[in-house]
Amino acid sequence: MKKELPEHFREYRHVWVFMELERGQVHPVSFELLGEGRRLADQLGVQLAGAVLGPPGEATSHAVTEAFAYGADLVYLLETPLLTDYRNEPFTKALTDLVVTYKPEILLLGATTLGRDLAGSVATTLLTGLTADCTELDVDTDGSLAATRPTFGGSLLCTIYTLNCRPQMATVRPRVMRMPLRTNKPVGRVIRHDLPMVEEEIATKVLGFLSDGKSETANLAYADVVVAGGLGLGAAENLRLLKNLARTIGGEYGCSRPLVQKGWMPVDRQIGQTGKTIRPKLYIAAGISGAIQHRVGVEGADLILAVNTDPNAPIFEFAHLGVVADAIGLLPALTEVFSRRLAPSRRVRLVT
Amino acid sequence: MHIVVCIKQVPDSAQIRVHPVTNTIMRQGVPTIINPYDLFALEEALKLRDSHGGKVTVLTMGPAMAEEALRKSLTYGADGAVLLTDRCFAGSDTLATSFALSKAIAKIGDAFGTPDIVFTGKQTIDGDTAQVGPGIAKRLNFRQLTYVAKITSIDLASRAITVERRSEGGTQILNSRLPCLITMLEGVNAIRRGSLDDAFRAACSEIVKWNAADAGIEEITKCGLRGSPTVVKRVFAPTPRAQSAVQIETSDKTLRHVADEVVASILTQQPALELALSSNLA
Repeated sequence: MKKELPEHFREYRHVWVFMELERGQVHPVSFELLGEGRRLADQLGVQLAGAVLGPPGEATSHAVTEAFAYGADLVYLLETPLLTDYRNEPFTKALTDLVVTYKPEILLLGATTLGRDLAGSVATTLLTGLTADCTELDVDTDGSLAATRPTFGGSLLCTIYTLNCRPQMATVRPRVMRMPLRTNKPVGRVIRHDLPMVEEEIATKVLGFLSDGKSETANLAYADVVVAGGLGLGAAENLRLLKNLARTIGGEYGCSRPLVQKGWMPVDRQIGQTGKTIRPKLYIAAGISGAIQHRVGVEGADLILAVNTDPNAPIFEFAHLGVVADAIGLLPALTEVFSRRLAPSRRVRLVT
Repeated sequence: MHIVVCIKQVPDSAQIRVHPVTNTIMRQGVPTIINPYDLFALEEALKLRDSHGGKVTVLTMGPAMAEEALRKSLTYGADGAVLLTDRCFAGSDTLATSFALSKAIAKIGDAFGTPDIVFTGKQTIDGDTAQVGPGIAKRLNFRQLTYVAKITSIDLASRAITVERRSEGGTQILNSRLPCLITMLEGVNAIRRGSLDDAFRAACSEIVKWNAADAGIEEITKCGLRGSPTVVKRVFAPTPRAQSAVQIETSDKTLRHVADEVVASILTQQPALELALSSNLA
């Protein structure tokens, strides 16, 4: 099945990570990808580079520093005011130009709204392969990228290759890969590139941005502790038991897909294949049966506690700790024990 | 205004079978529906047509049976439907799919009027890639507006469109130009119940069926498996975790005792959690 790589692609070398930067912040998924990219680059014996695209200024230079701190050997930097806010046209041209000029063999992006918007355009412009939402990346014996992703809602996994085009592109969702350790590596080689484009060529203008601000949902993917509920909670009013426990242990709360379909919780609280991927230290699944779609979103958790009345629920197959009990009764008991154990000197006031 | 909506017929269940040799999905025998995300796109297109005039053409690429999904779209009120179907499309990845669909959209433009907007859902529930929409936009050289939650205004005279686009941590308000491709976010509207007239018309309508040649596709090598740079090498079921859950016994115990045991067990297995949880509280 392997094909001979056409001559003009043979000089494509090195692994790149697109450093996602929107409104001054590097998205943490970029660091997770640098960790993964480091491993792939080491296996291939090539260099790892960050691609930083943004407006001239502090945010962009911070992204450069952080790319090195999280493992990059070098950074390709394209600075222009045209890249101040994300817009498809200038970002597609900028990233495509960088790829055509410096020829990476692997290009990784976060599967965020920005990353997916950009990756599809860049891959189509370059007429190369793009594999979405990978959960595992590897390099096979002849140096090809093996990108594994869930398909059909997570019921199957498939491994995908891009055989005779370069670069090999993949997106990975936030929290699927482990966050690497940050080091204090000094800034290394930075290769600057220009964007031959003017504002008048860009049809799309950003008129404004309505920030979610300190939204309750912003931290779900990156929370240390997550408490989530499923249909076993029985009624929408029982969600307060979930929120109480989450608040007591300083965690976030979420739910499985059926609760979103019932309208009990907004879609951005949904955990699983079509919702958020989480990687907390502790995950408590209350009344969740644990369909495969849910499993793929939570199996990166360090410790999974499952509470379900059905001893045969699939959640017990991947939980570390299981209790066959009604979550409606156990959640308040857990809340009480946790609050006593963790904050003996100052009782946390519970919501009634 | 002419709007083209790209929809996909997808399997409605988890009973997925995989061809043992080609590692492609076998769709036979699995009930199918219109990709639910595409219905948000279709409804938005119908709303725009109702307020600005014009027509909505629904397009799908797939096997002959995908005609059902198109007929269903007509019952919701779409004005016309095109089925792009040819053996040479089999095995297309997202790049090859966007090639074929963009060719068909160009042909629809020649035959039924140039589209001002192409709509798709934000992604499909079977492939989940969200790549075909951006692929079509790039190939048609249309402006691309993904994850759109709301179309704020359209000015047909000045060819301007303003939308609200969902992004990480907020909503972008974008002004762009027609023609454009929009991928619609879920939950932003609800598909209408079609009228009796629409149901009658749908039952009697001819679905336009095009093969590759009809759609003006000469470069067959850009279609199907040959035109797909990505190759599925292996399809497999996730491996079960070796160890199943340590069960906390609940019989003859009060919930309070069970909870004590659960918390003790959590903190024994992950001693670092005690500090982490306590500091969460601080």
